[in-house]
Amino acid sequence: MASTLENIFSRSDSTKAYSLLSPSLLLLIFVFAFPIFFLIAYSFWTQDYVTVDTTLTLENYKTVINKSAYHTLIKRSLVISSLTTLVTVLLAYPMAYYVAFVVKDRKLLWLIALTIPFWTSYLLRVFAWKLILGYNGVINGSLYNLGIIENPLSFLLYNPFAVFVTLAHAWSAFAILPIYVSLEKIDRSLLEAASDLGDSAFKRFWRITFPLSFPGVLAAALIIFIPTTGDYITPKLVGGSEGIMVANLIQIMFGKANNWPLGSSLAIVTMTIVTVLVICFVLISRWLISRIK
Amino acid sequence: MKIYSSYSLSDRFLTVYAILFLSFLYIPVLFLPLFSFSESQYMQFPITDWTFERYVTMWKKTKLHDALFASIKVGIFASVISTILGILVARAMTRYLFPFKKSVLGFIMLPMVFPEIIMGVGLLIFAIFAGMQLSLVTVTAGHILICLPFSVVILISRFEGFDKSLEEASLDLGENAWQTFYRITFPIVGSGILASLLLTFTISFDEFLIAFFLSGEDPTLPIYIYGQLRHVKNIPYMLALGSIILIVSFITISFSEWIRGRGMTTKKIYGIFK
Repeated sequence: MASTLENIFSRSDSTKAYSLLSPSLLLLIFVFAFPIFFLIAYSFWTQDYVTVDTTLTLENYKTVINKSAYHTLIKRSLVISSLTTLVTVLLAYPMAYYVAFVVKDRKLLWLIALTIPFWTSYLLRVFAWKLILGYNGVINGSLYNLGIIENPLSFLLYNPFAVFVTLAHAWSAFAILPIYVSLEKIDRSLLEAASDLGDSAFKRFWRITFPLSFPGVLAAALIIFIPTTGDYITPKLVGGSEGIMVANLIQIMFGKANNWPLGSSLAIVTMTIVTVLVICFVLISRWLISRIK
Repeated sequence: MKIYSSYSLSDRFLTVYAILFLSFLYIPVLFLPLFSFSESQYMQFPITDWTFERYVTMWKKTKLHDALFASIKVGIFASVISTILGILVARAMTRYLFPFKKSVLGFIMLPMVFPEIIMGVGLLIFAIFAGMQLSLVTVTAGHILICLPFSVVILISRFEGFDKSLEEASLDLGENAWQTFYRITFPIVGSGILASLLLTFTISFDEFLIAFFLSGEDPTLPIYIYGQLRHVKNIPYMLALGSIILIVSFITISFSEWIRGRGMTTKKIYGIFK
């Protein structure tokens, strides 16, 4: 197949491919790369009311590093989103397993039913939790009517736990897809072989199914951890003052506080921490999984 | 096949789990339409008096009309443009081998997992710096960015099963490239294109955070709803509006997912998540 080998990097193929890609790449450069570049640039500038001073300075980063209130918010964001990630992946795994191994004919129907809520209005789904956890909400109303409580529980809403519950609900559906795909790809004959050779169901799961599905678990963890760390609506609507997260702080810097450079450096710091954590997480979990195998 | 054919205890346990999981997913959302029929102002549960009034009176809010129209406009532009771009990307990805293929795909898919707050403030800074007026145009640009990865996912999975020899046959028989696209390629990948249009329209229509930073004077519907939710007296109307949006989104997405899934294995449809 010398001709195909030649074709692989043949100039005409590359030219054709890149001309098809060029509109999208141009869009990404203008609407994604440039904005991130300017965000980074802004984080090294300073602002005095409306005038922006473009002398490069580390002043904003010093502020972020020295202000413990900011640390609290960043830490809280990371803790909430880690917890959300852990719980959603744990909840989604058996669900994905069920569709991959137990459901026979209506797999597509199941997957559609499981993922539809994820696509529908995030704002409204988050608001629904206000109706449930609120002072006069579903939980308090029900408990009161059952005679379990006399006064509404005020600790349900406006705290980090409410943020966690709402995020876990909003994202668990999305975690199913990557896990499902990795489970579906597992060669069924491997599982039969393990059983024939006398492995118990648990051992078979732990030694074959789980390691082979691990890339899906990893993908699920990342597509939940990264966006939830920067989530804005959920902490804003159900978090209250104890539950606000770093995205809310960034928004304040770009809104009321009108300190765009500081807001930018907060965004960059958050993004950097998330990236470093993600890399560490991927490396550690790959190492762990190689030990199981 | 003894492991799978018997409906074992663990299978039964998983079935119960699956039903509980679906309930957990859907029940919280159902409270929105439920509360929209409540007579009370204060989102009180249990609901004692029922009314249909919100669904009638909410249409008198003229700002709602403007916001709805704005969202539809943005949604149409964002979905059409991201789908066209998605077609080109999917074709390049499924047809050619070229240098940096994986990195380019990764770059295009990145906005799917990127924190929206960072894209939002970045776009705001860039728009102001470039001297652009914040408007529905800037919102649309942001929405195309977040819709494109989803178009690409849908269309790559459709294009992958596409038999190249059909197009070659058409070209050999003397059709030009455009006719071949119109008569061979489009009918085969058409369901993917329709699914992409519907899904990206819904994503754009429901998107909040990017629009929150970029919409300027003209709010999109989610921004309008968000503003109204601050005033207790407006909340019941927003619940009614929200219920309609949820139902319409639900139907659109179900339809989109259904046509996109026809004739394909689930492994392939969701193959990008590997």
